[in-house]
Amino acid sequence: MTHKTIRVGGLSRVEGEGALTVRARDGRVTGLELRIYEPPRFFEALLRGRSHTEPPDITARICGICPVAYQMSACQAIESACGARVSGPLRDLRLLLYYGEWIESHALHVYLLHAPDFLGYESGIAMAADHRDLVERGLSLKKAGNALVAAIGGRPIHPVNVKVGGFYRVPTRRELAPAAERLRRAREVAVATVSWVAGFDFPDIEHDYRFLALSHPGEYAILSGSVATSDGEGFDVHEWPAHVTEEQVPHSTALHARLDGAAGYLVGPMARYSLNSAQLSALARQAAAEVSLGQYCRNPFRGIVVRAVEIVHACDEALRIIENYTEPDTPAVPVEPRAATGHGASEAPRGTLYHRYRIDADGLIAEADIVPPTSQNQARIETDLLHLIEPRLHLPKEELTALCERAIRNYDPCISCSAHFLDLHVDAQ
Amino acid sequence: MSTSKDTRRVPRLAVWKFASCDGCQLTLLDCEDELLSLAVKVEIAYFLEASSAVGRGPYDLSLVEGSITTPEDLERIQHVRRVSKHLVTIGACATAGGIQALRNFADVKEFASVVYARPDYVATLEHSTPISAHVPVDFELRGCPIDKRQLLEVISAFLAGRRPVVPPHSVCVECKARGNVCVMVAHGTPCLGPVTQAGCGALCPAFNRGCYGCFGPMERPNVGALNRQLRELGMSTPELVRVYRTFNATEEPFRQASERAEEAGGRE
Repeated sequence: MTHKTIRVGGLSRVEGEGALTVRARDGRVTGLELRIYEPPRFFEALLRGRSHTEPPDITARICGICPVAYQMSACQAIESACGARVSGPLRDLRLLLYYGEWIESHALHVYLLHAPDFLGYESGIAMAADHRDLVERGLSLKKAGNALVAAIGGRPIHPVNVKVGGFYRVPTRRELAPAAERLRRAREVAVATVSWVAGFDFPDIEHDYRFLALSHPGEYAILSGSVATSDGEGFDVHEWPAHVTEEQVPHSTALHARLDGAAGYLVGPMARYSLNSAQLSALARQAAAEVSLGQYCRNPFRGIVVRAVEIVHACDEALRIIENYTEPDTPAVPVEPRAATGHGASEAPRGTLYHRYRIDADGLIAEADIVPPTSQNQARIETDLLHLIEPRLHLPKEELTALCERAIRNYDPCISCSAHFLDLHVDAQ
Repeated sequence: MSTSKDTRRVPRLAVWKFASCDGCQLTLLDCEDELLSLAVKVEIAYFLEASSAVGRGPYDLSLVEGSITTPEDLERIQHVRRVSKHLVTIGACATAGGIQALRNFADVKEFASVVYARPDYVATLEHSTPISAHVPVDFELRGCPIDKRQLLEVISAFLAGRRPVVPPHSVCVECKARGNVCVMVAHGTPCLGPVTQAGCGALCPAFNRGCYGCFGPMERPNVGALNRQLRELGMSTPELVRVYRTFNATEEPFRQASERAEEAGGRE
């Protein structure tokens, strides 16, 4: 009888803290736990009693990598409770801000966190010793995203200019011009990034995923839409609680989400691409076609290619919005509180992010619920790891551990959002 | 170019995370123009968010993000101090406990029961506390998030063996320097600028918004005078309490201001 234990402690190049423990016996995995030990911060509890105007600033602090996602889901949930609607040029500005965050977050993951896995480096910085031009290119792409967020939001991390109903002040066409100049160069870099990452060596692994992503009739959904799944069953965002439930597992401070009772669905770039790729910009579709990405992506290691394609799309669409931009007449629409419950969802770089708020007639929050992408993906990541590890238990422990770490990084897990992630331990007995 | 390749002479940098959003350590990766030249001047020996290489201590400079909220972290911060020649805290969580310190004004067991069906699975402390409550800290860099230029100044200063130059004055001074119109005087918008430490570049007023105090209190703020003004602008007692209870709620002047407002509200 052979026993084997693999432990990956202090997972690196992920945002936040987590670990993985795998126990195996006689060639079978007997236990697998993706442990999230990110300390809980109790956002849903501390939001109670706050004003309906505060969630964009407070929930931004759940994640320093995707604060705009939190701000957008929060604003839309509150606006829906209050019967307000943000449309036209104000909605375009929100999209523009969000594209900036996609570019910044995806460029960070592709160049600094994920590419080093494929090229055999411990970090993007170590990679720069041999591939300085590549890393500089990635940093310039990231900077273009950050500059766009700062042009609209004031700063890249925890932007100050977002409010329920719109913005405190809208940018002038002149203020957006330098961001546009950077975006034109960034778009070229993004196209080159797609062909660069598509040339990496990908393990031949595909999973039969259940995907979930927002879907919007007019665009590759990012800011809003209804919920689409690969099962073919879709639902409106306000029906989320009837379909998605969260349960607590002892080994994690992130809750595990279930879709219609079943665990293990996937949100994020692969889900969005597989459900909505026809709506990508012409240039992004062309870049995907040139590397034969196909209509779906089910190999998690190829997620890096999908991210690169999404950067092309984000640059393209951001430029389109800036070219057509005229200053809105008013920076925000009025949002008068009323006793109601509102739901909001948007596509954070890592996947669908849902917020629900119940507010009272005075505009104070009585109840808050936040479902971040990583808690939705956690069960699916565990399943992926099981399929990956079981046939490879004979591999040397170091090799297996490194492969597990890579498999986890495929999902760009953002552990900080364990508003409600990893260390790999493979206990192979 | 130096002929000496003795790597032990390169200062070793470590970046640690406790309860936080990762935004302040991300600020280091957001130094797109400076990151690669910095990586030559220092050895980035421990930075899990950016690298799977784990260089063993001791470290010349440790940047610590996040607050202490779990029993394990109480012990881990002692380890970090032991292996660090200089320890600098970065951001509101590490310097003041962060937004998660709102539990300090509530019952953490009740908080946990709101979020988790089985709060007993979750190990957490009653209070979220700054790093300085547990170990000696060599410098505290404020902000939620920290400012990139100030971070580079702090790293450069410690590498050069001098004190960082980080102004202790209020956001008002930055507003004047930037040429912002005073949002409080001109628009009647409540603003924490007069009591908040500079560092952001007076961002909020530049966007027609009142400062919300994310850099925490300046040195010797006149909170009483500001509160009279805020009340004149129509802020209610609960609004006054909330405005001081955000990302730096446990910093003494802000804590006192919110508690006094609460007491005054109780007498009304």
